[in-house]
Amino acid sequence: MKAIVNIFLKNGVLDSQGKAVQHALSGHGFQSVRDVRVGKQIIIEMDESDEVSAKEKVAHMCEELLANMVIEDYEIEIQA
Amino acid sequence: MKVGIVQFPGTNCEYDTQHAFAALGCETQILWHKEDSIPEDTDLVVVAGGFSYGDYLRSGAIAKMSPIMKALKAYAENGGKVLGICNGFQVLTETGLLPGALKRNEGLHFISRHHHLKVISNDNTFLRHCKTNEVVNIPIAHHDGNYYIDEEGLKQLHENHQILLQYTDEKGNINNPNGSVESIAGISNITKNVFGLMPHPERAMESLLGSNDGRRMLEGFLSA
Repeated sequence: MKAIVNIFLKNGVLDSQGKAVQHALSGHGFQSVRDVRVGKQIIIEMDESDEVSAKEKVAHMCEELLANMVIEDYEIEIQA
Repeated sequence: MKVGIVQFPGTNCEYDTQHAFAALGCETQILWHKEDSIPEDTDLVVVAGGFSYGDYLRSGAIAKMSPIMKALKAYAENGGKVLGICNGFQVLTETGLLPGALKRNEGLHFISRHHHLKVISNDNTFLRHCKTNEVVNIPIAHHDGNYYIDEEGLKQLHENHQILLQYTDEKGNINNPNGSVESIAGISNITKNVFGLMPHPERAMESLLGSNDGRRMLEGFLSA
């Protein structure tokens, strides 16, 4: 089973990297770019057969280590 | 006085820190992160600067999982004094021993230069030899020094005199190099036995090297 974790800064916490990328894209003529957020993706291969249990474990990993809950939010997608 | 200095893979300020405290007459000991206890009669533990685990994932994030951090947490909760400098500050916020978090600098650059700081609270062990509103000159060297805390947390920092230092110019006017909330450069926990700051007082021990203002700060930890 594979878990895909996406981590982004919380809404309201300034994403300086996203702003810099947005600025660069606009400067290169991509005028329709309205907002850019930069995050990270962590892909975890697991020996799990139950999707619910896998998701629970990954949520625990996020709270413990993968995300800093003071400034970041996470989303988990489980793939068979 | 006995000072323990925590060393992770990637720590690089442990020997400067050792040199600084030795110059103040302290007995020092490097504590490898795999240790699972703090040596008895340690008076102060310093989590030194550097790039623990290459700053992988987030600065200080992987370090917080090291065996010594469990021991350090117990030591701090028991009233033991802890000082986190630069990466050490990041490790202490990640561990939850200090509130808030350190984000990438707002301008995205690594900043390495001397910076003026204003002393905000001196009713604590660390800054007791400094005066309130005094301006000191201490080097900074960081990529992730942008201190973040939410409004409620900030209110608590104010109410409990937990803000230690702010980035300013030489006259004490706010001069924020990295986007930190209220230009905060260092804080303490509520019980004032855990301290964290991004600037490096251990690099400001001799006027020949630009400033000796760090000496007075570190001397606060020496027994009266």
